[in-house]
Amino acid sequence: MTALDCNRPREAAAKARLATRSGEHGLAWLAVSPALLLLVGLLFGPVAAVVLFSLTDWQLGSFTFHFIGIANFRALFADPTFWKALTNTLVYVAIVVPGTVLLGLVVALLIETSPGLRGFYRAAHFLPVMSTMSAMAIVWGTMLHPTIGLVNRALGVMGISGVNWLRDERTALLALALIGIWQGFGFAMVLFVSGLKAVPQQLYDAAAVDGADGVLDRLRFVTLPMLGPVTMFVVILTAKRSFEVFDSVRVLTQGGPNYASEVLLHRLYTESFDFLHMGYGAALTVVYLAVIVLLTLTQARLLERRVHYS
Amino acid sequence: MAEIELRDIEKSYGETAIVKGVSLSIRDGEFLTLVGPSGCGKSTLLRIIAGLEAQNSGEVLVAGRCVDDKRPKERDVAMVFQSYALYPHLSVFDNLALPLRTRRLSFAQRLPLVGRALPGRGDVEKAIRAEIEQAASMLDIAHLLRRKPGQLSGGQRQRVALGRAMVRHPAVFLMDEPLSNLDAKLRVQMRAEIIALHRRLGVTFVYVTHDQAEAMTMSDRVAVMMDGELLQVDRPERLYRDPEDLRVAEMIGSPKINVVSRAHWVSLGASLPAGIHRNTAHLAFRPEAVGIVASGDGRLNGVVASVENLGSDIFLNVTLADGQGTVVVRTHPDASRSEAGRSVGLQIDPACLLQFDGAGMRQREVERVEAAA
Amino acid sequence: MISRFSDRRFAGRVARHAILLLTAAFALLPFVWMVSLSLKPPQEIFQADFRLWPTAFHGGENYRIALTAAPMFSFLLNGVLVCAAIFALQLLVCIPCAYALAKLRFRGRDTLFSAVLVGLLLPPQALAIPHFVMLNVFGFLDTYAALILPWAISTFGIFLLRQFFRSIPDEIIHAARLDGLGEFEIIWRIMIPMTAPALAAFGIFSVVAHWNDLFWPLIAVRRAEISTPALGILLFRDDEAGQFLGPLMAGAVIIVAPLLLAFLIAQRRFIDGLAVTTMK
Repeated sequence: MTALDCNRPREAAAKARLATRSGEHGLAWLAVSPALLLLVGLLFGPVAAVVLFSLTDWQLGSFTFHFIGIANFRALFADPTFWKALTNTLVYVAIVVPGTVLLGLVVALLIETSPGLRGFYRAAHFLPVMSTMSAMAIVWGTMLHPTIGLVNRALGVMGISGVNWLRDERTALLALALIGIWQGFGFAMVLFVSGLKAVPQQLYDAAAVDGADGVLDRLRFVTLPMLGPVTMFVVILTAKRSFEVFDSVRVLTQGGPNYASEVLLHRLYTESFDFLHMGYGAALTVVYLAVIVLLTLTQARLLERRVHYS
Repeated sequence: MAEIELRDIEKSYGETAIVKGVSLSIRDGEFLTLVGPSGCGKSTLLRIIAGLEAQNSGEVLVAGRCVDDKRPKERDVAMVFQSYALYPHLSVFDNLALPLRTRRLSFAQRLPLVGRALPGRGDVEKAIRAEIEQAASMLDIAHLLRRKPGQLSGGQRQRVALGRAMVRHPAVFLMDEPLSNLDAKLRVQMRAEIIALHRRLGVTFVYVTHDQAEAMTMSDRVAVMMDGELLQVDRPERLYRDPEDLRVAEMIGSPKINVVSRAHWVSLGASLPAGIHRNTAHLAFRPEAVGIVASGDGRLNGVVASVENLGSDIFLNVTLADGQGTVVVRTHPDASRSEAGRSVGLQIDPACLLQFDGAGMRQREVERVEAAA
Repeated sequence: MISRFSDRRFAGRVARHAILLLTAAFALLPFVWMVSLSLKPPQEIFQADFRLWPTAFHGGENYRIALTAAPMFSFLLNGVLVCAAIFALQLLVCIPCAYALAKLRFRGRDTLFSAVLVGLLLPPQALAIPHFVMLNVFGFLDTYAALILPWAISTFGIFLLRQFFRSIPDEIIHAARLDGLGEFEIIWRIMIPMTAPALAAFGIFSVVAHWNDLFWPLIAVRRAEISTPALGILLFRDDEAGQFLGPLMAGAVIIVAPLLLAFLIAQRRFIDGLAVTTMK
């Protein structure tokens, strides 16, 4: 264990070093192995399984199944309910995203303009974000109740006769979108506030020296441009959340009346777990997955391109 | 006893070679500094000695033993980092205690919660406390033991980092640019303290810096590195007076050494000094080796471009006659005043003239070569 | 000039409060309504004129019915249990993996990290069918395991913790290795304490998500005894006693309250935690 060690041939030394380094390899692999196992077992394996299921006629509980090619997808695309659910989801997203983002932005700007009651406002607007949607959906259900609901009572005071919001084909989706905005805009507000805090004061000073010192000028030339990246981010986040709308639909309308408020995820749930049409449900899942992944990827691309100022 | 021997160390990351076959012997108890521009591989070399990086080939010996298959903690080395690398969530005391605890407590005793209750831990802790207090008073940080690193000034953090290395009584101290995060005044003060620490501990110090002044003032020997290769390893004064390589000559000394190419010299109409080797391509001379004389034929002539008065010395920046290149001249304040715009001649002390060939290698004067032959 | 300036200032401030009070009312109204109804007797709920505070206080009765007709406390307890188990599992799996991805060099690291990024894309709902089938095969459906196991891996957690671990300088880890700490001790003694705020933020994110989740519990369990809060309130509504609005609202208050109280106590932590985790 002395100088002799170093007189051994170079190859042996190299081998010894390789051993220590592979020891580090081993350690690293040991550290990642649980995650790797679960990644395969709980994420990638299941995704492959869903694709596989979507090509079979398998029903839960039965022991046999056949590959039926793309028959499930053909059935899906021939199903008017699916198209209804898809359009409804898109309409829902188209209402909730701008509503949430705009409301969140306005509230954030107003909260940040002066310190009065700032803490109260922030907490108050954030409360819906933290609340359990299934419980609050029940509450909303009573608020939108045609006779005893707060909404119609308020309208009644103003001399307007309300409708049965959640049972009316024309308003059901709209009412759900309102609930979606209610829950989401506080979060958008918080993200905008953190974006506002990141705007350097010097920019306002510079704008003031350049003559843009009015509230609207500052907003137009400094604040809004600087909020570009955050806005993009909030839009993406809200869109993703809106595509995942489920709780309020399940609790309040279950897709009704007459599929007027049916959305993708609820469709997926009922087909797969109420009717146990696993093959059909899997095909729907594949479509849903494709939509979400496509959305995320395009938006990530957009995000990379659009919002880099530095 | 801890001399360090590096044999043909090579290290590359992918395609880029960082260290290219470095061999170096560091004596026991020596203060050796690795100096070079950033990216020259000096820090990598230090990390290889510490065992934090594995070399691709070559061997590291500490105290005559090959340590290539030893983990960092088994090598009996301590390291002080540029950022100090103190654990921000631990108090100064716990920062200093950590290396001792990991060495002296068994695995079971180190377990969270349970470990505290195990027998024998109390005695070890008592001994550790005593040692830390001793080291802390030596470094003048005894009053800081309860604080967290975030509450300390840069200089205090530096001392804690030194303390953490010290308490282990390692055979080798490795220091990676330990002073570069301090302000100028503190840096000079800490230099002196590290030298004193080295003298008191008497163990081997390997010190990495890009600051040639630090290297010159602190070390027994300096190893100059560039592009992954060792250019020269020598005592500071020898590096200054007798560099083997033009790059060494240019790196050591401030202001920089003056270099005039042979062709330039001739084109200026100046006669070459006696004893120029035929391979010599560059003539180099320190600012203090130049005297100001009246301009004239056959001399290196120029115009004083600017004057920098430092009080103790005056530096003249002299632009050569053809307007290409500048020579820095150090003059004594008592010497004749020179103001900008004056035409002057430069007289170089032939004994202090250094000659280098086209590749930058030192050429000894021709007489000496002949004498040797 | 000055007075006009300050007049405009004053008007601006009033407008700010007017608008914010309106939006705050929109945000808070359901909560006020819920609490108000939970304190009223049935006849008052159906009365034509609406009062915030009940004329006949019926709160005690409503809450008593909510707590006895449905296992409200066990819903909450299940929520705590399931959320704690999920978070503990996620930490156990994510921390070593995130550390290796951030600080160790090993072959396959980049591939693994890409896999994590791909995993981030997958919405959990898309995995419901195979998870359901798997749990069915193992006979775990309608047990706590069914609620917990599918969430054992969080690609988001790995990604987030890797980002935080990367922000810790390598020199600290090198110093720890020289000080004699092994890799797992480095994780335990250095990485975890240094990233405690990040871990707390991830914890808040994880707990809020799973406390409020309805989709998966709806699939995984049927029995009320092991239902989580979000599913429990639904079971209560479809129950006999839930047909009465007073007790139903009382139930909703009980379900919603714990998380909201936690939020009100540690507002900053929650808001920053959720904002930080999503912005990363």
